Amino acid sequence: MKSIDWKRNEVLVFAVIVAFCVLAAISDPNFLSIPTLTDLMRNSIVLGIFAVGAMVVLVSGGIDVSFTAVAAFAMYATTVLLRDMAPDMPWPLAFAIATLIGAVLGAINGVLIAFCGLPTLIVTLGTLSVFRGFLLTFVGTLQISNLPPGMRDFSRWMMIRGTNSDGSFYSLPWAFAALVIIVVATWFILNRTMLGRAVYAIGGAPESARRIGINVQKTQFFIYVFVGALAGLAGIIHASMARISNPFDLVGLELAVIAAVVLGGARLTGGVGTLTGTLLGVALIVLVRNSLIVIGIPSTWQSVAIGILILVGTGLPAWQAKRAEARET
Amino acid sequence: MMNRILHSTEGRLAVITLAVFVTMSMLVPDRFLSSANLTSMAFQFPEFAILALAVAVAMLTGGIDLSVVGAANLSAVVAALFMGHFAGEGTGTGILLVAVALSLCVGLVTGLLNGVLVATFGLPPILATLGTGLIYTGLAIAMTGGSAVMGLPPAVAWVGNGTLVGIPVPLVIFAVLAAALGWILKRTAFGLKTRMFGANPLAARYAAMDTDRVLLKVYALCGVLSAIAGMIVMSRANSAKADYGSSYLLLAVLIAVLGGVNPYGGYGRIVGVVLAVLSMQFLSSGLNLLQVTNFAREMIWGVLLIAVMLINLVTFKGKT
Repeated sequence: MKSIDWKRNEVLVFAVIVAFCVLAAISDPNFLSIPTLTDLMRNSIVLGIFAVGAMVVLVSGGIDVSFTAVAAFAMYATTVLLRDMAPDMPWPLAFAIATLIGAVLGAINGVLIAFCGLPTLIVTLGTLSVFRGFLLTFVGTLQISNLPPGMRDFSRWMMIRGTNSDGSFYSLPWAFAALVIIVVATWFILNRTMLGRAVYAIGGAPESARRIGINVQKTQFFIYVFVGALAGLAGIIHASMARISNPFDLVGLELAVIAAVVLGGARLTGGVGTLTGTLLGVALIVLVRNSLIVIGIPSTWQSVAIGILILVGTGLPAWQAKRAEARET
Repeated sequence: MMNRILHSTEGRLAVITLAVFVTMSMLVPDRFLSSANLTSMAFQFPEFAILALAVAVAMLTGGIDLSVVGAANLSAVVAALFMGHFAGEGTGTGILLVAVALSLCVGLVTGLLNGVLVATFGLPPILATLGTGLIYTGLAIAMTGGSAVMGLPPAVAWVGNGTLVGIPVPLVIFAVLAAALGWILKRTAFGLKTRMFGANPLAARYAAMDTDRVLLKVYALCGVLSAIAGMIVMSRANSAKADYGSSYLLLAVLIAVLGGVNPYGGYGRIVGVVLAVLSMQFLSSGLNLLQVTNFAREMIWGVLLIAVMLINLVTFKGKT
């Protein structure tokens, strides 16, 4: 047991999740069941894909708040395109289109941040309203509930399906596999390629990264394209699972996603962040968003709970760092 | 002369403001320059302009305050609930003054909490204020159950809708605050320290400046300004709600940056922020008269923000 490092965010978040589940199980014995787990997993898909992207940006020392607008744009534009031009398009192609749209929008962020050197928060705040405004002005504002058949097929495609002993149904869509694939792919990029190491390097110390020969601009550009592509994919998955494409959806979720990533130990100053932490952070946020009521806290307190988690989760490491620094000098 | 004007951020901004005003006056001449439109503009902008002042002050230190809207709504909700409890139809000004004091106190506390988190605990301002913003909004939701608090005493409406010697009260409040803030930042030791800290925090510390104290004061000031904006919103809407003005956060950041405040800290003038507010209001009213939708307006704001950043970038590069 000695090897557990209680100062790591991952460990803290895991402990909070366990504590939450224990409390929930005490007040409602039905909490620890397969339907709860599949609900949790299903609700983590879109949030999880977003979080993986947001983590990569944070690791590189930036912040992106525009990804939800990118996702809504890609989702709705693809649905409209399919409906009007190619209703019979199979879903993999539709997903590819949405991912591409996301990547193009991400490239706009990338150019402004990497090549013009503008501050990431301001740029993405700006593009958030540009993408959203453009979507709602020129593409449409009406929700589409009659999705193209390809997307409907995808939503019916279940990985696990079953009936609980008390007769309630549970299921886990194959969309969950998308999250798994993205996590594995991102893990590979971050930990097994030079590109991934460059992401950590520019987040840790941009000047040092430049001096050891890393092309900082190219790396940053890649990061924002990558995040955009992930957001596009998350958007189309969201619409397929919800069986409705609503251009007003998703935007507003960005703070919860960033909260999840930060809880998982990624530092805003860059260079630090793990996928394990991010996924644990997502799990905790999903639990708080969906099951706060189970441990006896009314759901109106939800954002207070998330806010406190952010402050404690980021405040502890920041304070420790500050104290350590004070001791050295 | 022209060259000198174009070389300062504020000078360029004054030209832009004038250009927007002239363009809108030409596009919709009869309605844009009508006294009804001018008065309604004077009633509209102070609430987000005050939030922009708050964000600008935080930005001067190289930080940011993302909790301004949450703090504004929380202080408004507290004041509204207080009045709902203690004020009837014919209550005196005493209760109202207590309500105002209460909401200013709430604003002060929210700001101090931000300051403690940033200064004492060393949290990055984005995260600290992101978290507290959620908490303030969340508390307001929890206190009201998410619905609007209505039934305020009639006197409350004066703050947002009344006039003082013919000038709209919100405009008077904004003018006083802007002038006071301009004076504080330019003429007092605190203002100098704020700008010095923003320019170089480490040098400020080595110069034996009590940086924690400066940060604490800056965020406390942001909190109080937010509370004032919250009261104007409450008065204009004749109610208080946890999610009023949620689009104001982006707008406030936009105005501060547009006004030439350096997001990395160290530089910024209140004149710039005031000019930015005016140009945004002219643009937004004009577009409204041209029947441009809210969504298109949001898009134009975003484009404007990025365009201004790019222009500043080009000219800053030209200087060095």
